Amino acid sequence: MGNKVAAVQMRDITKSFGTVKANDKVWLDIYRGEILALLGENGSGKTTLMNMLSGIYFPDGGQIFVDGKEVTIGSPRDAFDLGIGMIHQHFKLVEVLTAAENIVLGLREKGRLNMAAVERKVREICETYGFDVDPGQKVYDMSVSQKQTVEIVKVLYRGADILILDEPTAVLTPQETDKLFAVLRNMRDSGKAVVIITHKMHEVEELSDRVAVLRQGRFVGDMATKDTNAQEMTNMMVGHAVSLNISRPEPEDPRPRIEVKGLTVRSIDGIVKLDDVSFTARSGEILGVAGISGCGQKELLEAIAGLQPTERGSISYINDDGSREELLGKDPLSILEMGVSLSFVPEDRLGMGLVGNMDMTGNMMLRSYRRGKGPFLDRRFPLHRAEWVRQELDVNTPGLTTPVRRLSGGNVQKVLVGREIASAPTVLLTAYAVRGLDIGASYTIYDMINLQKAKGVAVIYVGEDLDVLLELSDRILVLCGGKVSGIVDGRSATKREVGMMMTKLGGGRSA
Amino acid sequence: MFDIVSFIPRAVMQGIPLLYGATGETLTEKSGNLNLGIPGIMYVGAISGVIGAFLYERGGNVQPFPAVAIPLLCCLFGSLLMGLLYCFLTVTLRANQNVTGLAMTTFGVGFGNFFGGSLIKLTGSDVPSIALSATSAYFSKSLPFADSLGAFGKIFLSYGFLAYLAVVIAFVAAWVLKKTRVGLHLRAVGENPATADAAGLNITRYKYAATCAGSMIAGLGGLYYVMDYASGVWSNNAFGDRGWLAIALVIFTIWRPNIAVPASFLFGGLYILYLFIPAGMSLSVKELYKMSPYVVTIIVLIIVSVRNKKENQPPESLGVAYFREER
Repeated sequence: MGNKVAAVQMRDITKSFGTVKANDKVWLDIYRGEILALLGENGSGKTTLMNMLSGIYFPDGGQIFVDGKEVTIGSPRDAFDLGIGMIHQHFKLVEVLTAAENIVLGLREKGRLNMAAVERKVREICETYGFDVDPGQKVYDMSVSQKQTVEIVKVLYRGADILILDEPTAVLTPQETDKLFAVLRNMRDSGKAVVIITHKMHEVEELSDRVAVLRQGRFVGDMATKDTNAQEMTNMMVGHAVSLNISRPEPEDPRPRIEVKGLTVRSIDGIVKLDDVSFTARSGEILGVAGISGCGQKELLEAIAGLQPTERGSISYINDDGSREELLGKDPLSILEMGVSLSFVPEDRLGMGLVGNMDMTGNMMLRSYRRGKGPFLDRRFPLHRAEWVRQELDVNTPGLTTPVRRLSGGNVQKVLVGREIASAPTVLLTAYAVRGLDIGASYTIYDMINLQKAKGVAVIYVGEDLDVLLELSDRILVLCGGKVSGIVDGRSATKREVGMMMTKLGGGRSA
Repeated sequence: MFDIVSFIPRAVMQGIPLLYGATGETLTEKSGNLNLGIPGIMYVGAISGVIGAFLYERGGNVQPFPAVAIPLLCCLFGSLLMGLLYCFLTVTLRANQNVTGLAMTTFGVGFGNFFGGSLIKLTGSDVPSIALSATSAYFSKSLPFADSLGAFGKIFLSYGFLAYLAVVIAFVAAWVLKKTRVGLHLRAVGENPATADAAGLNITRYKYAATCAGSMIAGLGGLYYVMDYASGVWSNNAFGDRGWLAIALVIFTIWRPNIAVPASFLFGGLYILYLFIPAGMSLSVKELYKMSPYVVTIIVLIIVSVRNKKENQPPESLGVAYFREER
């Protein structure tokens, strides 16, 4: 490493939000021709640190050197001028503009705006690195991976040679991830500096040359990836030794609990979202649901919870004595009272299930507002429950009366998932429960789900991370375009197999 | 018999203030500012122009160039101040846009009526209005040979210069929004300021510039109304609900100033249709006719939202203040 020039040196970088120190005297070196993985738990300040490099935030203290010269990065434009480009976790694209229009946005090129020339240059970049982008396509017509490609082309178009990617794989399928990694390796080999922020250990090991770890806003250390392992990195992130194995106890006395037969759901626009879906979820068992995002996972869970109008099919709830009750046609309230509980974590986290401006107690009350005498609310019960969730899940909040909106994303999620689990259901429907959560918090949630499983709850777990699905689930239902692509055993299935089934019905074997 | 040759010029003259207002408001809304103060700003633009013209006429010796330039500059200055005030409140202080806009409309109307009333007092006339016929003559001057060209001249050439300016501004605004880098950036600011910010655009500057330019354009609508349409006669509240009609026009034209040109004439026509329908109708029926611009706007809103095409929706972050470090 000694002979390489440090493209970026960050020294004693400090940034506070109110009383919270997001970064505290962080040192970081970024080299050209190298992929650096920046690791850390939620709220450890990774994104904040990179936002300061890309001009979104301005540091409270410290120095930044680019190619040995001290610089001041006061705005995103300063960052571009220094060749620094960042691809944010939430894409920064204007939906109604085309790919090319998004790419030239904010550029100060000379002369009149010539879209034809821009599109030509975009095509050239795409050919060089092997991207597949139609410059004239509107962003709202694009898939998530296409949008990400546009983001990367945008940065390259500006001639950036220091690229920062914030959790780029969170929304991609395994195949798309492989493609992205190939592109990133390409860039490294052409001498660019690449920084990737991620939670996923196997990606770090697969892709990066060097790892830097942050913990609670402080720089803990960095090392070459080949000299370390997942266990060591995790310990550095968390600060103490953690076990990286998700336990998967054998289901005890599994009985059919929810039986779905021939379920078909059509969206308001008339698009078939679920097509003839049939499966059985058993008590004391975790049924994982895998699929590319938007393949009907949301509709499936909502149909069971009574929130989604259905076209055909049946959903039966099977009691312990074998008697059946049809859930379709029941209102969400009575389904909830039967013990079917839904926690759906949407991309923006607050969109479903929590009220941002209410505090934890108030949000707990959303599930218990029918308690209490007459017109008066019972405030003590939700207060106890909020306290319980805070302690059990270690929610980092100034107090129970702080509006949920003010908490960090991971903590908001703990409140939501914790509330649903705490309502002691017989069926737990959960989607993206660990979306964007760090390792420590994720494992707490896995443990809680396993605990529910041991209590005989039928768990339906919709997940994004295939590795976790394969480790946690007893069986995995794979959805592909609203159809059941197959149901595989969680203990014997491989990642590749499930990945294939996600993109092609039956994994392409039947074709 | 429906007299189309006299109907069209009157519809156009009704439409021009709306066109100014709508073009100004479209520019403003493209930057993500929902400026409901437009009716008030048009009022202030009108009264500022009137004050300028009034003081100039009092000095005697009315010359063509200053007679046009003084009210014009006063009008632009007055509306600019209103635009700056709106921006300061909503962009810098991040106040609620709806509340600010409505307050500014109330303020603008009151401001206009207060100074209008004062001027009327100063002239000491018996009727509650001021007539600025000398300056107004220069504003409403049409091409000398327009009368000799019959119906063609009447329909196309019989207007004062502010009417043609309105059409030019509308087309230029449409071209800027669609074809230029500035327009692209402005649209991005209104759609998704966080993205525009990350792309290195100065959000505050774009919002201020678009809103102030929009206010000045809208103010000209008020000036046109007094100086040309009303022949220089100011009376309190005469401008009526035209400001709201201009905002309705923005929605009607799905945020496209070039469509606003014919649409404003259509609105103007609908607004005065009751004057041209066969006599003998009761007053209440006439009031129903005056509703028709709003009814067509509602119909367009319904059609647009049913078709749900992204390009036809309002700018995505319309009405939302932008704060970079919001989490």
